[in-house]
Amino acid sequence: MHRFAALYNAFDTSSGNNAKVAALLKYLSESKPEDAAWALHVLLGKQGKRLITGRRLLQICVDQSQLPEWLLNDCYAQVGDSAETISLLWQQAGTCTRQPLHYWLEQLLPNAAKLKDQEQAAAVRQLWNGLNQAELLVANKLLTGALRVGVGPGLVVRALAQLTGLDEALLQHRLMGGFKATAANYIALVAPATTAESVPSRPYPFFLASPLEIKDPEIPLPNPPNNWLIEWKFDGIRAQLIHRANQVFLWSRGEELINNSFPDLVAAAANLADGIVLDGEILIWPPEAELPGPFALLQKRLGRKEPNRKLLAELPASYVVYDLLELNGHDIRSQPLSQRRNALEALIKPTATSCLRLSPRLPLDSWEQLEPLRQKAETVAAEGVMLKNLESPYLTGRKRGYWWKHKRDPYNLDAVLIYAQAGSGRRANLFTDYTFGLWDPEGKLVSFAKAYSGLDDAEIISLDRWIRSHTTERFGPVRVVEPLQVFELAFEGLQRSTRHKSGIAVRFPRIKRWRKDKIASEADSLKTALALLA
Amino acid sequence: MALPPGSLLQLTPQGLYCRAAEAWIDPYRPVSRALITHAHADHARPGCGEYWAIGSSEMILRKRLGAAIKLNAVSYEQPLNIGAAQVSFHPAGHVLGSAQIRVEAGAESWLVSGDYKRCADPSCTPFKPVQADVFITEATFGLPIYRWQSGAEIAQQILEWWRSSADHSSILFAYAFGKAQRLLAELAAIGVSDEVLLHGAVEALMPAYRCAGVSMPPTKALSMVNKGDSLAGRLIIAPPSAHRSVWMKRFKFPQTAFVSGWMAVRGARRRKGYERGFVMSDHADWPGLISSVKESKAQQVFVTHGNSDGLARYLKEVEGISAEPLNADFS
Ligand SMILES: [Zn+2]
Ligand SMILES: [Zn+2]
Repeated sequence: MHRFAALYNAFDTSSGNNAKVAALLKYLSESKPEDAAWALHVLLGKQGKRLITGRRLLQICVDQSQLPEWLLNDCYAQVGDSAETISLLWQQAGTCTRQPLHYWLEQLLPNAAKLKDQEQAAAVRQLWNGLNQAELLVANKLLTGALRVGVGPGLVVRALAQLTGLDEALLQHRLMGGFKATAANYIALVAPATTAESVPSRPYPFFLASPLEIKDPEIPLPNPPNNWLIEWKFDGIRAQLIHRANQVFLWSRGEELINNSFPDLVAAAANLADGIVLDGEILIWPPEAELPGPFALLQKRLGRKEPNRKLLAELPASYVVYDLLELNGHDIRSQPLSQRRNALEALIKPTATSCLRLSPRLPLDSWEQLEPLRQKAETVAAEGVMLKNLESPYLTGRKRGYWWKHKRDPYNLDAVLIYAQAGSGRRANLFTDYTFGLWDPEGKLVSFAKAYSGLDDAEIISLDRWIRSHTTERFGPVRVVEPLQVFELAFEGLQRSTRHKSGIAVRFPRIKRWRKDKIASEADSLKTALALLA
Repeated sequence: MALPPGSLLQLTPQGLYCRAAEAWIDPYRPVSRALITHAHADHARPGCGEYWAIGSSEMILRKRLGAAIKLNAVSYEQPLNIGAAQVSFHPAGHVLGSAQIRVEAGAESWLVSGDYKRCADPSCTPFKPVQADVFITEATFGLPIYRWQSGAEIAQQILEWWRSSADHSSILFAYAFGKAQRLLAELAAIGVSDEVLLHGAVEALMPAYRCAGVSMPPTKALSMVNKGDSLAGRLIIAPPSAHRSVWMKRFKFPQTAFVSGWMAVRGARRRKGYERGFVMSDHADWPGLISSVKESKAQQVFVTHGNSDGLARYLKEVEGISAEPLNADFS
């Protein structure tokens, strides 16, 4: 555990990625497989479940620490994180428990979580007593399931590649489909490459597109349009559909198996030949309908673990296929896209009306037509267009130059700040959660969107100060502020909604600019927002 | 709350006032006679008729307030009769020449802590507990989450951080007066003798510390380094105001760190945008505040600066010491 805490500390205090990779490499090379497995499990963000709440840990701390509860609360307010607060307060160096990481995660922590009341408090305190401050922080964060290390899967794979001499793509592939922390799995992960690596359920790593930034509209990309496959960028969720060994596996990009949410798609895929892997987009799209439904409908389906028959009939899903990664059990990702696309068109007829649809190929004769096409995206319920080099292999992760996404411009509105609330974690001391309003026909501000991001640190601090001195009312943690500050908000989409007071639901709202140049009466009205809907 | 009417010290618009001595302690507006705990800008302000302060702060006071100020330089523990009061200055361990000021007249004695700390600091005279009936203490770090490691331990961490980056320069941001020189002294104390480069604001305060005989590694103003010379592997100390300013342009991919007690909380470091934080403060930590209050044997304690409400409440409710927050704007 103390080695893992040291690793966490190294991540926390080193700025460069190389230093982080080096620290991880060192940790892995000095670890037993069972500990390395758990470290990967935590670093890959697989550690979802909270074992004990932060509140409960604070309670356990206060019962023993002889500090009055109000003082502990003051400390928590200053730190903004219960695990860290306790690490700063707990001052009882007892006997040192030098147990390895896997023992903590398999035994000590889950066992403490299973206990109740006084027994649990005693067990937790006993764990704390053997730890120094850095270890305490990590142990508590493992208990509360909130350990964030600022090391993405990319860096983890890089360290593993340096450790093993294996290809990053191979390691990524081996990690797909969920990595369970066992010594055997770790050993398999770092084992030398073999020719036959087949686990029927295992998906391929997704290849991601980069946003297209156009410098010269006449030549947005180096070679002419006929070198590119142009498609709509649909507004659904990306998924990989696998048919192997007579089984179907549907994986989301977050590497979750989502078979249960989409039994309709799973049933359709079972009719495909065996040994096929597809890449595509899930949408709500009845087979006979011309256009897909908005994202909000898909969210309704995703909200249900297992949709009933009524929901399936109301909101039928489609899988729009745009790539073929495996055919007859052979990995064809290294073939150029043109060949993969031909094979895909032979497999899924462009004309067929089924819930497996082929992503249409959009004609584009000259780059001049690109912008009108992009503008048209909205009319077919798409987010924009995709441009894929026909010679591109199916790579892993985000590699620039092969696949581009060219989204239509996001919507912008000027809205007035009306409520503020303190953030969580490192922003617990600052008002960083904002609610914005638009003018209704009676000249009242109606709450319309919440946004958390888009301001820089200096702006956050100055806005925080402004909020504190312009609060008119408080409702619990929420402050009502004088309606004076105008912000330009950008968002990806708008939908009618009966659940929102404004009648509009927004997607991905973010703050684009603090419009200090505008006064509140110049902000946009609900009417303007509704016009964007039409 | 205000001070009890008729007591030896009173709060006036100019600050903390002692009628018997006809003097203000760290006044925040010009007055006829000012007793100065230390030369930080929020304690020593220009425009007063006369100043009383510890001799080792004289150079800095004249530099900051004007060479021509009328200054009575005193020694620690020297008994002084000012007006009808007996006044004495006692080591506060905060920065060079910092003092707690004790005032006694009639049957009353008061002790004003100014800023102070309890852990060892090779750049100034260590804090000395003094007794008085009433103690006015600061509470900048008045929460139990603040507990300091020794300066030597932090200096060791800094040294490791510095040595880990031979290809780039390492910039430490620290308050120009006090913290910067303490850092140098702490580094010297663990055997560092490499030349350290200084931002102009830090450099300006070095003569006072050199005159006081504080042992520090050799230093040079950054402005004295030729424009083209490599700064790789060098340690530079600069004030926090230089962070992300044009001054930083000279460095290619430096590693940066902030040295402050506030760095004890990770969120504080991230909010400020420093890559690394070293926890070293010239103010008392929580145990230091509690023990100083107890050692003063004061029957009444007033708490200013920082978490004054919290510390006063703790003293009252947990330690059973009569304590109140004093809402004086000392800063
Ligand atoms: Zn000071
Ligand atoms: Zn001060």
